[in-house]
Amino acid sequence: MAYIELRNVSKSYGVGKNKTEVLSNINLTIEEGEFVAIVGFTGSGKTTLINLIAGLIMPDEGEVLFKGEPVTGPGHDRGVIFQNYSLLPWLNVGSNVGMAIKEAFRSMSKKDRKKRVEEYVEMVNLSPAINKLPKELSGGMRQRVSVTRALSMSPDVILMDEPLSALDALTRGNLQNEILNIWEKDKKTALLITNDVDEGILMADRIIPLKPGPKATLGPEYKINLERPRDKTALNSNDEYKKLRNGIIEYLIQIGEQRASKHKETYTLPSIKPQIKVRPFSKLNFG
Amino acid sequence: MKDKSIHVLNFIGLGFFEPAIRLAYGEEVKKNLIALFKKTLLPILAIGLFIVLWQAGASYLYNVEKDHKTEKAFETGGDAAVTAELTRIVSGESSINSLPSPGSVLDAFNSLIADHRQIKAKKVAFAEKVQATNEQREAQGLAPITYTGRPSFVDQIMTSIKTVFAGFFLALFLAVPVGIVLGLSDTLRSSFNWFIQIFKPVSPVVWFLLVYMIVKTLTLTYDGDVSFIISFIAVGLCSMWATLVNTTLGVSSVDKDYINVAKVLNLGVGQKVFKIVLPSSFPLIFTGLRITISVAWMVLIAIELLSQSPGLGTFVWEEFQNGANDSNAKIIAAMFVIGIIGFLLDRLMFTVQKFVTFTEEG
Repeated sequence: MAYIELRNVSKSYGVGKNKTEVLSNINLTIEEGEFVAIVGFTGSGKTTLINLIAGLIMPDEGEVLFKGEPVTGPGHDRGVIFQNYSLLPWLNVGSNVGMAIKEAFRSMSKKDRKKRVEEYVEMVNLSPAINKLPKELSGGMRQRVSVTRALSMSPDVILMDEPLSALDALTRGNLQNEILNIWEKDKKTALLITNDVDEGILMADRIIPLKPGPKATLGPEYKINLERPRDKTALNSNDEYKKLRNGIIEYLIQIGEQRASKHKETYTLPSIKPQIKVRPFSKLNFG
Repeated sequence: MKDKSIHVLNFIGLGFFEPAIRLAYGEEVKKNLIALFKKTLLPILAIGLFIVLWQAGASYLYNVEKDHKTEKAFETGGDAAVTAELTRIVSGESSINSLPSPGSVLDAFNSLIADHRQIKAKKVAFAEKVQATNEQREAQGLAPITYTGRPSFVDQIMTSIKTVFAGFFLALFLAVPVGIVLGLSDTLRSSFNWFIQIFKPVSPVVWFLLVYMIVKTLTLTYDGDVSFIISFIAVGLCSMWATLVNTTLGVSSVDKDYINVAKVLNLGVGQKVFKIVLPSSFPLIFTGLRITISVAWMVLIAIELLSQSPGLGTFVWEEFQNGANDSNAKIIAAMFVIGIIGFLLDRLMFTVQKFVTFTEEG
C-alpha cells in the first residue's frame, strides 16, 4: 500500500469567470521511506500540491490519502518546511521549536521538552543562537530553525516547499547536505518541491516534473539510482547524473516552449518617431 | 554611559537630544553641530518665533480693546474721563480681557504654583489639627474629618490624570477583548459592524449625557464621587473606538503564513490566540491604544467641564466664568499644561509599544 497517494486530484481557485484550475488530474504515489522531488516552474502549482498533502487545503475533486486514510486536515504526522521559513518573529529560536514540541508531545514533562528543544537545535548547529530572535539570524539559519521545528515533532513525512530557494548558492549547498544527513539517519518519507533540477537529483530517489499550470499535471517520472551518500563534486563527472540532468532539463524546456507557443499573439508597435522639442527655459542655466 | 543614554532617549522617542549628548563627548564635532542645529536649535528658534508672534498679537489685541475703552470714555466725558479710564486700566480696576501676553501667562502659572503651595501648607496644618480628633473618632467608629477646601491647580491636574487613566483602562479592558472576539469571528464582526460604525463618530458631549443618564440612576444611593465615575466612563467610551477597530483589524488580518504555522503545528484555540494571533496583532493594537490615550486626554477636558469633576476641564471653565484680571492667563497656562501632559502621555504609550511589539527585520 502506498504511503501517500493522490488520486485524480484537481484544485482551482477563484469563482466564476476568474476561476483558474491550478492542478488538474494529479496522480501520485509515494512509498514509505522514499525521497521524492517534484520539479517545476514557478507558478505551476507546486505549493498547492504540498498544501493539499499537508491538509491546509482540500481538493475540489479526487482524494488525498495518507497511510490509506483520506487527509482531513493538518497533523503532527506531516511536518512542513515552508519556503519563507514562517518562524514567529516574536519568539526566539528555542521557543519556536518548543512550541511545536509542546503541541506534538502534550504528555511530555517540561524538563524533557526542554531537553528535546536543545537536542534539536543542536542537531542543526544552532545551539549558540537558541535565545536569539529570528530577525537576528541569517536566512540560512532561519531555514535551519524551520527544518528542525518540523523534524522535532517526529513527523512520519517531511514536506518541503522550496525550502532552499530563497537562499544564496553557498548556503543552499550546505543546507542540502545538512538536510540529507538528517534524512539518512532515519530515512523518513520526504517530499521535496523545488525549481532546481540539480537539487532534486542530489537529494531524491525519484524526480517528477510538474507541467506548468493552469491545469498542471505531473510529467513522466525519473528514477535516480545514484548511490548514497552523493557527493556534489563527484556527481558532476558522473555519466548517469549528466544523462539524468540533461533528460529532465530537456523535458522542462520542451514543456516550457509548449506553454509559450500557446500565447502566440504578436503586437504591432505604433510607428512613432521621436520629436525633439526645445524647452522654453533650456537656455537658462540653473546649475 | 553615552551609548546607553542615547539608546534610552531614542527608545522613549526623545531622540532629538542625541546630537547634544554626542557633542558633549566631543564626537564628530562638525557633523553633530549640524545635527544639533537641525534637531535642537531650529525647534528652539521656532518656539522663540512663536512667542514673539504671540507677544505681538497679544499687545495688538490689548491696544484694540484699550482704544475702544478710551474712545467710549471720551464720548461720555471728554478728556477728563479718558485720563480717569487710563488710570483705572493701569490699576486693573477696568480689566482688559483679551489674549494674555506670554509674560502674564508665566506670572499666572507661578501664581497657580504659589497657590498650590499655600493650599498644601493649609492641608498639612489641617491634618495636624484634626489628628487627635480623628483618632478619637476612629476609636468611636466614626468617619475621620477630611479636608474639604478648594483643590489647588496641581490637585486638579492629578484628578485629570487619574480620570484619564481610569478611562483609558476601561477602554483597554472593554475594547481589546471585544476586538479580539470580533476579529476572530467573521459572523460576529459582520453582525456588530453597524454598531461600531454608528457609535464611533458620536461626540464626547453626547457620550457624557448618555453615561450621565445611566450612572445617575444607578448611583442614587451611592454618596461617593459620582462626577468622577461619570467622567471616566464617558472618557473610556469615547476613546475606546480606535482600539476596538484596530484590534479587530489586527486580529482578523494575521499573516497567512503564521496561520498556516498554527495549522501545521495543530495548535489549540488558546495557544493559537495567545501565541500567534495576539503577538502578531500587537503593533496594530498598540497603535490603537496610542490613539485612545490621546483621544481620552482630549475629550477629558470637555467631559470634566460638563461633569464638574474637579479636574483641568472644570478649572478652565471656572476661570472663564470667573473673569478676573488673570483668568485668561490662567486658561492659557492650563492650555500649555494640558498640551504638555498630552505629549508625555503619548510618549509613554510609544515607549510601552516599543517594549511589547516585535519587528520583522533587525
